Amino acid sequence: MTLRRLGLYSAALVVGAWVALPLVLITLAAFTPRDLLYQWPRRLWPEAFTLDTLLFFTRSAGVLRATWNSVFVASMTIGLSFLIAAPTGYALARYRFRGRDALQLAILATKMFPATVLSIPLAVAFIRWGLYDTLVGVAIVHTALSIPFVTVIVVSVFLGISFELEEAAMTLGSSRAQAFLRVTLPMALPGLAAAGIFTFVLSWNEVFAATILTLDNRTLPALIINSVVAAGAPLHYRFAGGFFMVVPALVIIFLIRRYLLTLWGVTVR
Amino acid sequence: MAEIDLQGLRKTYGRVVAIRELSLQIRDGEFLVLLGPSGCGKTTTLRAIAGLEALDRGRIMIGGRDVTALPPGKRGIAMVFQSYAVFPHMRVYDNVVFGLRMRGVPEAEQRRRAAETADLLGIADLLDRYPAQLSGGQRQRVAVARAIVMRPDVLLMDEPLSNLDALLRLHMRAELKRLHREVGSTTVYVTHDQLEALSLGDRIAVMKDGAIVQCGTATEIYDTPANRFVGSFIGAPPMNFVSGTLRAADGRLVVDTAGGSVALPDALRTSLGERAGREIVVGIRPEHIEVAAAQATEAIAAEVIVVEPVGAYQLMTVRAGRELLKVTVPTDLDVQPAQRVWLRMNPGRIRLMDAQTGQAVGAAP
Repeated sequence: MTLRRLGLYSAALVVGAWVALPLVLITLAAFTPRDLLYQWPRRLWPEAFTLDTLLFFTRSAGVLRATWNSVFVASMTIGLSFLIAAPTGYALARYRFRGRDALQLAILATKMFPATVLSIPLAVAFIRWGLYDTLVGVAIVHTALSIPFVTVIVVSVFLGISFELEEAAMTLGSSRAQAFLRVTLPMALPGLAAAGIFTFVLSWNEVFAATILTLDNRTLPALIINSVVAAGAPLHYRFAGGFFMVVPALVIIFLIRRYLLTLWGVTVR
Repeated sequence: MAEIDLQGLRKTYGRVVAIRELSLQIRDGEFLVLLGPSGCGKTTTLRAIAGLEALDRGRIMIGGRDVTALPPGKRGIAMVFQSYAVFPHMRVYDNVVFGLRMRGVPEAEQRRRAAETADLLGIADLLDRYPAQLSGGQRQRVAVARAIVMRPDVLLMDEPLSNLDALLRLHMRAELKRLHREVGSTTVYVTHDQLEALSLGDRIAVMKDGAIVQCGTATEIYDTPANRFVGSFIGAPPMNFVSGTLRAADGRLVVDTAGGSVALPDALRTSLGERAGREIVVGIRPEHIEVAAAQATEAIAAEVIVVEPVGAYQLMTVRAGRELLKVTVPTDLDVQPAQRVWLRMNPGRIRLMDAQTGQAVGAAP
């Protein structure tokens, strides 16, 4: 092995460890019996494993409901953001129209404003509209956050499907809508599904807006943050909660990794 | 019956003019080739016939029916795209019957016609495959099958051979010609390859800058180009153009060119007599110049610059007077660079063009 390769692999190892190590430690801790967790010095590899810690977490007050809330908000976010971003993405990919570039820029511009700055006016507005502490309210904010991503992804998905295919379908007797439904959509489906799943993860992990805008109807991350910050939840609760949060995201990202790479313009073969 | 009548088509994209002004009648069952350099509007014209481009002006009639406002699917056309546009997520069979399904043709009839078409194109054993498992040539056959299974009145083809390698292209060219004879659809075929155009077209419409420059049979286009552009675009090597002066001598019309003079056929005298004494461009194809090693009467002296053997013949570049000419000679003629040779232009094959406009003048020889 050349020196160059050695350097490359070491760099990869460092970056990989940077991401993976916390996850590994959290996972180990989540399955460690409570008394072992408080031992000092603690061994890196625990001598016993248990499901009690996780069970304790899932049985804690509000966790199951918050999980349901999170799933509800995430699903609604997917629905709303696709309703808006999918046609936008299709139009940006297929048509040249006045203001096209401006629109593309404007979509990204929503990312310019830090959520922290927007939080107070947002909370005030939501109270006025009766959206405060509702799951719909959280879903709306998550939709706003995910639209830029979904749009960019949808544009690249549709750009990857030649318009000539739709035209060919039209010359063979389809209407424009039929051509889309029978040719473009089936081909776009895997990419769109990946975008949907990515949106799910985005919403599932979002903690700031969820914390600010809810009181009783907490999503899971908001609940965990609140238990930890406000109520000083014990160590094993934190680890179990962290594990519980990270697993769905991890599994999903693993499943759609190939799409995520192509979506960001990197083609892996 | 599906003759096509294009009446005064015009199409612009913003300030770019794709079709300036185009009218053309295509007979039922004819194989018409639209030929021209890239950007001449040939593909736009084809797409307009297909209904994929909305025109600024003009009418398109197919089989006596005004289809200008109809969507592509209702025009009785089928199209083969340059990229083939075979649906990658469908098996070959589903690709082939796609149009029949859209038209609501019964399942049994679909199968029968798909089998028949697959046989015609030799893709019967590929029907269960996905396009990704096919070679370029096979994908092209699928694209053609998908079009002709519709039994279209009009078959449109947009550079269908340009993505194939040279050998396969030659093969498919012959296949397409056979297919046209068997299917009999009126066919409009777009290409920038003049050999393809000459070999396939019943008639060829040569386009430039969004308009048809000349439309005629392969022989007409090749032998009597309407202007300098057609002469230089068609034929490899292209037609030679040398400047000359017309002059009347001994009751005949003579053109002084390339340091010599050639007596023109009498037919030209009547139509060009009043141009005597004026400048003119002499167009002559490389194979219509005879080369001799020894001096002969009415021959023009020239010097050999380059000799390129290209297999069937030798391509020679010679200098006569101040003009450079390309000449094709048999392989057995022994010539060396810097050698002195004598050229004889075949007067019957000379095509005279106006020095200013580049348009052909005088009656066709």
